[in-house]
Amino acid sequence: MIKKHKTFSNTQLTVLVVARVLIGWYCLYEGVSKLMNPNWSSFAFLIDSKGWFAGIFQSMASSSALLNVIDFMNVWGLIAIGLGLILGLLTQVATVSGIVLIGLYWLSHPALINVKYMLAGTDNTLWVDKNLIFIFLLVILLVFPTGKEIGIDRILFNRKK
Amino acid sequence: MENKESNNNKVTRRDILKGLATVPVLGAFGYGMYKKWNLDRLRHNSIAQELGLSFSDDDEAQSPVVSDGKTIRLGIIGFGIRGKQLLRAAGFAHPSVIDDWKAGAEKNPSDRRYADYLAQDNLNIVITAVCDLFDVFAEEALQAAANINRTGSDGKMVQTAKRYRRYTDLLAADDVDAVIIATPDHWHAQMAIEAARLGKHVYVEKGLTRTADEVFALRKAVKESDIIFQLGHQGRQTDSFHKAKQVIDKNILGKISLIEVCTNRNDPNGAWVYDIHPDGSPKTIDWAQFIEPTNSHPFSLERFFRWRCWWDYGTGLSGDLLTHEFDAVNQVMKLGIPHSAVASGGVYYYKDGREVPDVFQAVFEYPERDLTFMYSATLASDRFRGKIIMGHDANMEMENTLLVYPDRNSTRYKKQLEQGLMSPDKPMITYIPGRGQTDAVTSPTEQYFASRGLLYTYVKGKRVDTTHLHIKEWLDCIRAGVQPSCNIDQGFEEAITAHMATIALRENRKVFWDAENEKII
Repeated sequence: MIKKHKTFSNTQLTVLVVARVLIGWYCLYEGVSKLMNPNWSSFAFLIDSKGWFAGIFQSMASSSALLNVIDFMNVWGLIAIGLGLILGLLTQVATVSGIVLIGLYWLSHPALINVKYMLAGTDNTLWVDKNLIFIFLLVILLVFPTGKEIGIDRILFNRKK
Repeated sequence: MENKESNNNKVTRRDILKGLATVPVLGAFGYGMYKKWNLDRLRHNSIAQELGLSFSDDDEAQSPVVSDGKTIRLGIIGFGIRGKQLLRAAGFAHPSVIDDWKAGAEKNPSDRRYADYLAQDNLNIVITAVCDLFDVFAEEALQAAANINRTGSDGKMVQTAKRYRRYTDLLAADDVDAVIIATPDHWHAQMAIEAARLGKHVYVEKGLTRTADEVFALRKAVKESDIIFQLGHQGRQTDSFHKAKQVIDKNILGKISLIEVCTNRNDPNGAWVYDIHPDGSPKTIDWAQFIEPTNSHPFSLERFFRWRCWWDYGTGLSGDLLTHEFDAVNQVMKLGIPHSAVASGGVYYYKDGREVPDVFQAVFEYPERDLTFMYSATLASDRFRGKIIMGHDANMEMENTLLVYPDRNSTRYKKQLEQGLMSPDKPMITYIPGRGQTDAVTSPTEQYFASRGLLYTYVKGKRVDTTHLHIKEWLDCIRAGVQPSCNIDQGFEEAITAHMATIALRENRKVFWDAENEKII
């Protein structure tokens, strides 16, 4: 049995865990603030989609039943991912889910040249944007997993039958 | 080795510590959330609730509930640009329009014009009579009237309407209960008066009349009859204006000293340079009848199709567009007719032979209310300027969304401003139609979408056309025997106000309203 924590130095582990907690915090607050705002809906974001898959995302917005499902998955998905990353609970599942969810944000709002979004951020982007960097940070966390070192996964998965 | 394995399988104290090492982060998160939630709650409570506002979407329907459900037989006079829109809003779109919508929806799934149209209430009317002085428009009116199944040109048409060449014959017809008048302004008074005399209910477009004298004659005729009268200010149905009235009624803005309203357009159509129909000619247009109630002029296609550019037929920016802005504020603030009016302007951009200014300003005084109402318009710049009501304690921007900003030097909100619960650059009240909520902090994104009407689509599942609601209110009132929101008294105030500005401009003088004797002097 290879003990993975031997592969990280203390500094490396600290940096990775702090990064994990920060990303988790960000997701958690995104989810909780949406949950607490009775007015929030993914409608605006979806209808504002541009790029290759804009049609698909926009059609999602046109069905109110589907929209309810998307809203629910978004809010609770973000909260679950956030908690997972902060606590190190089912860390790998949370990380992959985060990559998928933020991947969808990125696909619906690619930072293309000459594309303007109504939900304008303050940043200037060309092809590379926050979502893409976010995804890549999660990929780093995926290949350098820390949940079984610092996290509830350590308690859950160290208990072998 | 074996020993180590079994050690590993046990959860040690070290495992627990490392396993739960990040849990305190949640404590910090919870603390932050609690602080923020408390502040938001305080802000929300202290503003919206303390002010006693209740913004719900329920009062969307202003129409009376009582209705005998009777089918109303409708005639329409004038089937130009606005006539077509009105009949469409009433449920009778021309088949070619539906063809366009269908094609649009096929190309772009988010084009919901046809779906929204189908979702509109059936108003339980039948179009029995149409009248237009241009043969092509009259023919189109018949085709729209026959489109009872709301289909494209491939659908089954059922002709229910008859064409009349003279409005008097249409009004006298036994199978006409009510009439929509969407002709040029110079015909409004004469037609509406005749309709009232014959007991036919009237929906007439704004501006109410071409001249001030006609306003008095029309009001008299309507008052002496039993008809239900509606003036075509569909802004009466705009949700946010109903909420704005609450803000005014609760005196949230403090003492109001200035109201600024505007029109800005920058395209030929918006400047009344309407298309001249290729089939228009002395053969297809009854010109003699067209100029009957006004000054004589030789046949002119420009004057027939672009009538708003001449004083003989239209009322200029004052009657066409100031009236919308005035009526919006009048329904909210009950301004009534001003004490005085001055106006200025000129033909500065569209030097196409028109008489009517394309840039126009009017200033109205209300000394009894201690306030000024100011209108400013250009047809050659698209720069957006909203309706702004300026009070000592706060100001309100009144469009599809409502935004109320506290004033930096407000007396009433001094404490909240000092405590940071309010800030002059953040709206203290935001109302976005269809959202059913008043909120002190709403994201700029939501405001952006609402201002473009996108939110209606989502919340109500359909876009609600205000013109449709305005016609619906009129029809419901006919069935219930009561007067609608933009009745003849409201119309009287609108029309006199607009005419005062026009007279001030054309006679280049300050114009006064003698309220006691009901006279413009």
